[in-house]
Amino acid sequence: MQFSGTAHRYGRDIDTDVIIPARYLNTSDPAELAAHCLEDLDAAFVGKVSAGDILVAEENFGCGSSREHAPIAIKHAGVSVVIAKSFARIFYRNAINTGLPIMEAPEAVDGIGDGDEVTVDAETGLITNVTTGQSWQAQPFPPFVRDIIEGGGLVEAARAKVGGGAG
Amino acid sequence: MPRPMTITEKILAAHAGLEEVVPGQLVECALDLVLANDVTAPIAIREFAKVGVERVWDPTKVALVPDHYTPNKDIKSAEQAKIMRDFVRAHGITHYYEIGCMGVEHALLPEQGVVGAGDVIIGADSHTCTYGALGAFATGVGSTDAAVGMATGQAWFKVPESLKFVIDGDLRPGVGAKDVILHIIGMIGVDGALYQAMEFTGSTIAALGMSGRMTICNMAIEAGGKSGIIAVDDVTREYMTGRTERPWTEYHSDPDAVYAHVYEIDAAEIVPTVAFPHLPSNTRPVSEARDVRIDQVVIGSCTNGRYEDMAEAATVIKGHRVHPDVRMIVIPATQQVYRDMMHTGLTDIFLDAGAAVSTPTCGPCLGGHMGILAAGERAVATTNRNFVGRMGDPTSEVYLTGPAVAAASAVLGHIGLPEDLG
Repeated sequence: MQFSGTAHRYGRDIDTDVIIPARYLNTSDPAELAAHCLEDLDAAFVGKVSAGDILVAEENFGCGSSREHAPIAIKHAGVSVVIAKSFARIFYRNAINTGLPIMEAPEAVDGIGDGDEVTVDAETGLITNVTTGQSWQAQPFPPFVRDIIEGGGLVEAARAKVGGGAG
Repeated sequence: MPRPMTITEKILAAHAGLEEVVPGQLVECALDLVLANDVTAPIAIREFAKVGVERVWDPTKVALVPDHYTPNKDIKSAEQAKIMRDFVRAHGITHYYEIGCMGVEHALLPEQGVVGAGDVIIGADSHTCTYGALGAFATGVGSTDAAVGMATGQAWFKVPESLKFVIDGDLRPGVGAKDVILHIIGMIGVDGALYQAMEFTGSTIAALGMSGRMTICNMAIEAGGKSGIIAVDDVTREYMTGRTERPWTEYHSDPDAVYAHVYEIDAAEIVPTVAFPHLPSNTRPVSEARDVRIDQVVIGSCTNGRYEDMAEAATVIKGHRVHPDVRMIVIPATQQVYRDMMHTGLTDIFLDAGAAVSTPTCGPCLGGHMGILAAGERAVATTNRNFVGRMGDPTSEVYLTGPAVAAASAVLGHIGLPEDLG
């Protein structure tokens, strides 16, 4: 898995209420959720994010509610990977389960500015800031996480386990 | 002999069929209950349909509670609730609570005896950690984890490290469980317990009733915790006896169990506390917040919507009137609380004061409905989060307190203490 795009950089404790405000939780439609992604933090985000772009944030990204609408909104807004110094645990789990790639890489976060061009190799964990030429070695996804993400989420894994057939 | 273990490690080991576990170990546990609500269940149901099983693993061990946008605020939320209701009928889910017997899930399920000591519970709601107050391992997950749990009756966990909070001594007059947990979150920060289990113990905890213990465990997630837990004692046993529908199992931490850190807190140091916008860790003494004028007060939620919370607020507001610039909204967390309030006269105390008293709902806590804030407005709330836009407009503000301070603030028109009412 290779990702490359423009970095959108935010601070610490980005909570799930600003990722997708509760006033939009009366739907679970991914496209509708994506249209309001990060609205209360940066109303311009949805207008400037392009497919493949990379979200960069400091500590405790995704704290708060367990709403899976948060990683769904980020993924369907076009974000290819989220790089943060640390993630809140429910968000971490939800991101993997819904197939949104995430990486914990504190040094990379410090070396990436808003608008920088960034590439990520999820197989090796190599993060490169193309704009500055710097690169960092982060922890690559363990194989079982890569399988979940590549397979489209946890449900596919469970399906294999219970031997389920019908879609 | 297995290694010394914490209560959390013992519960996870028992549910994984292992003699012992260590922090960091990945284990697969048998679940006692899977929970979802009207926001998270529709996605869980969508994912469940993809798993490829015909039925839920056990229709008596799935709890579905329509509490966030109910009674439904609009057509979209009604459609979400209907997806859940149709699923309940198709699968014969026994623990479903329709409008009229519904309550805020984390107040309702302990009250109805659906959760008990020693359980492993996952819930597609972050405040699932509340049930740790009964000596259970309970943690919030997303809809997909809940879907797989409903299909298989199992979930994988990384065994968390445990943090021990030893709180000793008598709480000062006017200080309650909410102040204790806000004090702790203010001390360690919103990621101070990230991925960890928070174990609360000490004479202060022992002196608290179940309601206060649930308030404390409820907000473990606000420190980033995976779970909060309090070991079973006579208070827990008395609460569960005749109520909890399944046999329960008591676990206790070994004296030489290993903790990532032990915090020792003197109860006398804890003062009435308010969390300023926009993080629950942004705490200050209420006595230093009197210059904050407010527009609304909300008393309710899974954090502070139980009868004891209502009684605490009513004691303060009795004989007073809500300030003319303030809307006061009181939301009992369950039908039982609502009924008890009527019978004991609490409802009349709130109505006489000029408050609105609502049917149970999560409502304004998450900015859903029933008390949304306009631009620039400020609310004091007994709820659990004060993030940007949590209760309405992104420029509105939420200040978190316990019920007594919230009631006093409603009368004063600004943040203040019960003794300020004179």
